[in-house]
Amino acid sequence: MSDHEYTPSSKFGKWFNDRLPLLTLANHLTDYPTPKNLNYWWTFGGILTFCLITQIVTGLVLAMHYIAHADMAFSSVEHIMRDVNYGWLLRYVHANGASMFFLAVYIHIFRSLFYGSYKSPREIIWILGIIIYLLMMAAAFMGYVLPWGQMSFWGATVITNLFSAIPLVGESITTWLWGGYSVDNPTLTRFFTLHYLIPFLILGLVVLHIWALHVPGNNNPVGIDIKKPSKDTVPFHPYIVIKDAFALLMFCIVFALFVFYQPNILGHADNYIEADPLVTPAHIVPEWYLLPFYAILRSVPDKLMGVVAMLSAILILAALPWLDTSKVRSAVFRPLFRQFYWILVADVLILGYVGAMPAEGLYLLIARVATAYYFAHFLIILPVLGWKEKTTPLPLSITEPVLGGSPNLAAARNDEKIEKTIK
Amino acid sequence: MSNQKDEKKTNRRDFLFTATAAAGAVGVGAAVWPLVDQMNPDASVKALASTEVDVSSMQPGQSLTVLWRGKPVFIKRRTDDEIKKARAVDINDLKHPEKDEDRAKNPEWLVMLGICTHLGCVPLTDKGDYDGWFCPCHGSHYDTSGRIRKGPAPTNMEIPKYEFVNTNTIKIG
Repeated sequence: MSDHEYTPSSKFGKWFNDRLPLLTLANHLTDYPTPKNLNYWWTFGGILTFCLITQIVTGLVLAMHYIAHADMAFSSVEHIMRDVNYGWLLRYVHANGASMFFLAVYIHIFRSLFYGSYKSPREIIWILGIIIYLLMMAAAFMGYVLPWGQMSFWGATVITNLFSAIPLVGESITTWLWGGYSVDNPTLTRFFTLHYLIPFLILGLVVLHIWALHVPGNNNPVGIDIKKPSKDTVPFHPYIVIKDAFALLMFCIVFALFVFYQPNILGHADNYIEADPLVTPAHIVPEWYLLPFYAILRSVPDKLMGVVAMLSAILILAALPWLDTSKVRSAVFRPLFRQFYWILVADVLILGYVGAMPAEGLYLLIARVATAYYFAHFLIILPVLGWKEKTTPLPLSITEPVLGGSPNLAAARNDEKIEKTIK
Repeated sequence: MSNQKDEKKTNRRDFLFTATAAAGAVGVGAAVWPLVDQMNPDASVKALASTEVDVSSMQPGQSLTVLWRGKPVFIKRRTDDEIKKARAVDINDLKHPEKDEDRAKNPEWLVMLGICTHLGCVPLTDKGDYDGWFCPCHGSHYDTSGRIRKGPAPTNMEIPKYEFVNTNTIKIG
């Protein structure tokens, strides 16, 4: 936070700002001191904001043409694709936008995991992020139901049936969720309503997420506390704005490649068949971004415990700031953690892969080992690593590793060198 | 800060606080309940409670799937071999022990909800390791009585309430 008091230059600006300090807020956002060593992994916050706005805007216009009714939903989506002006573009941007959103959020999350951004004093930012991630999954799942294809219908059936695993009240809860005795029209209309609502909840949480970020300021690749503003910081505008804009442009190229060249590669052909409650597709698979959790669900042979394991896999992340006992944030100075970090990345990718494969034989075995490792990483490896690991020395400032640091320190080192040469 | 005696004593004001909070909670609960209950099955959904099915044309070994309350119901006219298999099982070996005699009152006819008790997929008929049903979603195997034998499903496929209206017609629900 900038320490100086801001006064607008114009008289009207001053009059307005005294009544509603929007200009003070704008000034805070542009002057916001940012660590000068932020790398491109830090640009995904901006990219995610872009993704959210894209989803809201395209979703809003799609809702003008979509009909949330079991008899008409499927054909209204085809109507959007064939008849509505640019309907194909809007729908492909919205559908692939969901995948891009998750791609960006996974990079954002793994950035935090690598640089220890979840650690004190940023626990609340992290937990808000986990809540946003959960809401994203809910929104994505319900959005996938809306076209009322076979995957929509059976995906909805499988996921809502997860609640039937709850002892005693499970059946009543699923009936309540469905508004009937199976997934049907009442289910579709409420999913549409909630799918419309959740993005705005996410938007509100994003505001809190950024607010909470602006209290301690950004973490950075070396993960040390810095003075703000100081030689170690640059103002958000123009430095970070330009960097974020460039990264966003690169991201949009990837986005456009999907939308214009492979718009259906991330979907399932079965979803172009209208929902049929009498026929289950041979192979029900969720969208790619949910596959690791699906693999965890299937790796447990018991229904209730499978659901518990899947939910724990996500909720365990909320406890991460306390499970990771190391005081050093950045993996750059944690040689052992760094190795385990990459094993975790591989583990999650493997879970994603086996989640897409049939749950039998070797795949099931791999899924079980990978699930066990996933939990071991958070519950055993991280707590133990915190007090066993020998970390490498931290620099005193961001400037030090780049330029030799603060004048005093540089001078001290120079003296050392001179002494050595004399000897 | 008053003296200690006053602090410990429950006074009129404490009572008013508690009573107001309790009345408020009841009021909020009463206001929220309609918002929650509107999501439960409505009158028109409940009205579609029963379905009658003509089974006169079914031969032994054939099966039929009908829709009841939006859910598939399997009606299977079992062969002697299938009945024998179902009845020969020692029920102590079962994950969800149920006698075939209790599941199919008329041994020739098996009527059950065609919904896998794992996560609600529709199992495939005459498939799987026990020649009954096989759920392709997560690999649950059911026998010729619709009982779970292998895989993640916790219970046997459910038997709905049904009756023979006459020799040719089954009324489900």
